[in-house]
Amino acid sequence: MTNRIIAPENLVYEKPKLMNDTAMHYCPGCSHGVVHKLVAEVVAEMGMEDKTVGVCPVGCAVFAYRYLDIDWQEAAHGRAPAVATGVKRVWPDRLVFTYQGDGDLACIGAAETIHALNRGENIPIIFINNAIYGMTGGQMAPTTLLGQKTATCPFGREPDLHGYPLNITELASHLKGTCYVTRQSVDTMASIAKAKKAIRKAFDASMQGKGSSLIEIVSTCNSGWKMSPVKANEWMRENMFKEYVKGDLKDTTAL
Amino acid sequence: MAEHEITLMKGNEAIAHAAIRCGADAFFGYPITPQSEIIETLSLLKPWETTGMVVLQAESEVASINMVYGGAGAGKRVFTTSSSPGVALMQEGISYMAGAELPGVFVNVQRGGPGLGTIQPSQSDYFQATRGGGNGDYNVIVLAPNSVQEMADFVDLAFELAFKYRNPAMILSDGVIGQMMEKVVLPPQKPRRTEEEVLKECPWATFGRKGERTPNIITSLELKPEVMEVRNLHLQKKYKKIRETEVRYETMQCEDAEYIIVSFGSAARIGEKAIEQAREEV
Repeated sequence: MTNRIIAPENLVYEKPKLMNDTAMHYCPGCSHGVVHKLVAEVVAEMGMEDKTVGVCPVGCAVFAYRYLDIDWQEAAHGRAPAVATGVKRVWPDRLVFTYQGDGDLACIGAAETIHALNRGENIPIIFINNAIYGMTGGQMAPTTLLGQKTATCPFGREPDLHGYPLNITELASHLKGTCYVTRQSVDTMASIAKAKKAIRKAFDASMQGKGSSLIEIVSTCNSGWKMSPVKANEWMRENMFKEYVKGDLKDTTAL
Repeated sequence: MAEHEITLMKGNEAIAHAAIRCGADAFFGYPITPQSEIIETLSLLKPWETTGMVVLQAESEVASINMVYGGAGAGKRVFTTSSSPGVALMQEGISYMAGAELPGVFVNVQRGGPGLGTIQPSQSDYFQATRGGGNGDYNVIVLAPNSVQEMADFVDLAFELAFKYRNPAMILSDGVIGQMMEKVVLPPQKPRRTEEEVLKECPWATFGRKGERTPNIITSLELKPEVMEVRNLHLQKKYKKIRETEVRYETMQCEDAEYIIVSFGSAARIGEKAIEQAREEV
């Protein structure tokens, strides 16, 4: 008996064309894979497959270039916005974006992030905020919540000892060079759809020369948080969403 | 303009003029004494209105060199300039460029150190320049001008060598050559390379995947030790070839010499004079 359901005319969803078959190194339950998929879909829907350059960070997404079949540059830790500036300024008709984590973007690369955004570079920055250093094994990030336990604040983050969580997305919304600053998540089907729209808007805005965009994706790191994927999503909604409130912080794109 | 018009200018200014004339695509830099005339001259000349060259003041030397990484990785003729403390900050980016084999150009108009040091000229970054400077085993191509004329001539040469070997190239100058004024003949204006020319010369570059080719990846990362070993052996082989084929020097009156003075940059000018005087005394 042949399966009559598996037929081209019945196809309602498929793997994004720009995603290859390389097995991802991400942990099961991690948000990175979903966001990679959204980026692949958006680039293809814009018809920019042959005109896109991605810039990867140092952190869990250091190997992002393995999974999406576009040109990529691997930047030094925190330097992705400067590297992207270099690419975009010499190829202004290309789609140039960065993909960075919280340690890369908000800590070691805070200067590059703020100045690229403030110059209004026509670059969308995708910011994965999971409040921890995943790649190096779960140390404190600039976005680690107060009381949250990590390998370098094993008794919980205390403001007197470790300072406060850095809300760099709020900061970015006050910079004149930014046209779109938003905070999303990818924990439900509805939120994934919203996050994709946000990425599309930011990518479109960059190609229309409207300025820089920051798309924060509040994300899970179930390995770093030492939780099951389901529990990590629950913990994120209960704790992360209070400190990192979802929604658009700034939108002057008129898109 | 006459074909060989002689002008009088500072070494730093000569770098700026020569860069525009050799068809550079972008400059990214940060002010620091004694080389700020380079970015100031570029800002006054406004090459973005003539050749289309980008001039951008970055937020730091760290950012400047990473902008060069991005632009060079995208196949363009991109450069930065700084002086010793700023070049120290750039070492991370230069190491990454060496690892990723990127053809960027940078100029070090040296001043004294260590630390904040002085704004007076020095040649104290010699070992940093010639032994690598950042992490890992690598070398950059180093050209050391001893006149304003060579400041002008070495910009195009540095780009040619950088792209020939896919390796960062440095112009190792100092505060004397940067600040002093001499007569100079500037090179004729070359056009910036077209997209087709970049595509032909840099099939490895990342500026969008054209047609059916597989994606280009610019990276210095490799976790497999056996692959990393091959990569390092390849780099060492390249450096050996550069040493064997590209070493440039001038000699004067060595044939019957009892003593030979070996020097570069402003010290070579002093050496020349010392030899002249010593020969007169004999």
